[in-house]
Amino acid sequence: MTGPRPRAVQLPRLTIWRAIFAVLMLAAAYATYLRARYGLGAVTNLSDQFPWGIWVGFDVLCGVGLAAGGFTLVAVVHIFNVEKYKPILRPAVLTAFLGYTLVVLALMFDLGRPDRIWHPLVMWNPHSVMFEVAWCVTLYTTVLALEFLPAVFERLGWKKPLGWLKFVSVPLMILGVILSTLHQSSLGSLYLIVPGKLYPLWYTPFLPVFFFVSAICVGLAMTIFESWHSSRAFGRALEVRLANGLARVLAVLLATYLFARFLDLDQRGVLPLLRENRTETWLFGLEIALLASATVLLFQRRVRWNPARLYGASVLVIFGFIANRLNVSVTGMEASSGTYYIPKWTEVAVTLGIVALGFALFRLIAQYFPIFEEQHAEESPAAQTAAGTPRPEEEHLLVTD
Amino acid sequence: MSKAILYDSTLCIGCKSCEAACAERWHLPYNDKIAAEARLSAHKLTAIQTFGEHYSRRLCQHCEDPTCASVCPVGAMHKTSLGPVVYDADKCMGCRYCMEACPFQVPVYEWNSRLPKVRKCDLCYDRQQAGKQTACAEACPTGATKCGDRDALIAEAKQRLAAKPGNYYQRIYGLEEVGGTSVLYLSAVPFEQIGLRTYLPRQPLPTLTWRALEAVPDVVSVGSVLLGGIWWITNRRDEVAKAEGRKK
Repeated sequence: MTGPRPRAVQLPRLTIWRAIFAVLMLAAAYATYLRARYGLGAVTNLSDQFPWGIWVGFDVLCGVGLAAGGFTLVAVVHIFNVEKYKPILRPAVLTAFLGYTLVVLALMFDLGRPDRIWHPLVMWNPHSVMFEVAWCVTLYTTVLALEFLPAVFERLGWKKPLGWLKFVSVPLMILGVILSTLHQSSLGSLYLIVPGKLYPLWYTPFLPVFFFVSAICVGLAMTIFESWHSSRAFGRALEVRLANGLARVLAVLLATYLFARFLDLDQRGVLPLLRENRTETWLFGLEIALLASATVLLFQRRVRWNPARLYGASVLVIFGFIANRLNVSVTGMEASSGTYYIPKWTEVAVTLGIVALGFALFRLIAQYFPIFEEQHAEESPAAQTAAGTPRPEEEHLLVTD
Repeated sequence: MSKAILYDSTLCIGCKSCEAACAERWHLPYNDKIAAEARLSAHKLTAIQTFGEHYSRRLCQHCEDPTCASVCPVGAMHKTSLGPVVYDADKCMGCRYCMEACPFQVPVYEWNSRLPKVRKCDLCYDRQQAGKQTACAEACPTGATKCGDRDALIAEAKQRLAAKPGNYYQRIYGLEEVGGTSVLYLSAVPFEQIGLRTYLPRQPLPTLTWRALEAVPDVVSVGSVLLGGIWWITNRRDEVAKAEGRKK
């Protein structure tokens, strides 16, 4: 899958990550064959009682959320004009673009008729949240492609189209931020229609707002996460000063988010549900514990300024976010459905395959296109030293560490 | 005039003639094994269920303001003026949001097909258009399933409740649930005891998502102006700083 590397003369070495990647890709390829050949029933544990599984709950809900770093940083750098974050803008836009592309790929598995994925663009129903989601995905993926295009043109040395893109870049970025706002929140709105089905710990009229705020949180966490991985994979220093700035904002946002969640639970009078010994209570607890511990960590200077600890805290946020989306889409829907849902191995294989593909594509694109180069021009050397010694280029690393 | 079905659980003898008639009308197989299934599925669009000595019947409720029609991104479901909520398989892309959203858990999917469709009762739309009854109502030997105009059936249901108050739990299911449905139920016992969902709100569910969707034009217009304004101010500040030589 990885193909020959441009500068590698010898055969690619077999590392543990490459082996895992190969296994995941093989499993996903076989699952894809089964999906195409035998249909949804054969490869999923979905049923008439439980029609949405992890392909929606993880691949789509989490995929879109994890891509939220793109629009957050675009807004910060280009609209609020905080230029110091420019060095990490491109990796964030690339993550977002890959994220959205992979969401569309995942939809090709989940839709019963993937050949009709274009239908919502032609057959309108403005009363449907899914219609809004479809339009936002389409438009925003286009916007992201255009936002990433400058890197491609720079690589190819095309000056003229670069100028054209600059001309439309501001309206484009504003459009991107608005589409993201709509889209992130509309994924929450999807569940406004199931008041009797979604467990009350998660069902609230404020779902769209909570989805939006938590998406910004995880967008920031993902930016820290990927900066750390890139710094290791490409032998660069982590932009500690920048990461610290993001982490401070993240801490405040997370604290506000958690406070609002509990305020909402209290207002709706469902806090007593937390005393019940049920699966929902425990998984709600897990979700909150992950996010709350990350919040506590991120408020501490010694965590924010230490790359490894900061990385750890951002991973906690990401897992907390994933727990939340899976709780809304799977855990919270189970009790009312009258059945149980545990994903089949094929569902897991496709999901993991898509995640692995995302890592690999990021790595490949970052190698061939100027994703990180702006750093050298704009970053002051003082900020570089704090992150420990940059390591030489490590060709044997495939995906991450 | 909107067509509807009145199902009177106290008259039902559980003979499942409605199931057989429904299967025949849809050209679906029907045998003892399928008759024993209590759940709706791609090969069974109505089902008689047993709760102790009471029977109940599952089929699409044909809501007055259907959730499935509101959530479908391609408008494959719609409520006809005649009453039935119908499905256009040629539009459907298989997102299954209708199944996820339906408060009655009615739409089912052809999970094992390579070109799958959603399936559900359509209140025999073609027969209704021709002025005929639904297949199930025609087949029912006891009048437990009755087809007619919704208003007339509501009047009749009220009459039955008044005529034999001892026989009935004094309510009509489907009168107000999620804004009213075109399938109405009478029962001897409270409806939750015959498997019906009694916790549903009286308001039509589509209003819940519409409240969020309504805000979209505002977010777009106010958002663009706001972001454009912020961009203009921050950049202008930068330009001024440059012009004054405070920043290179």
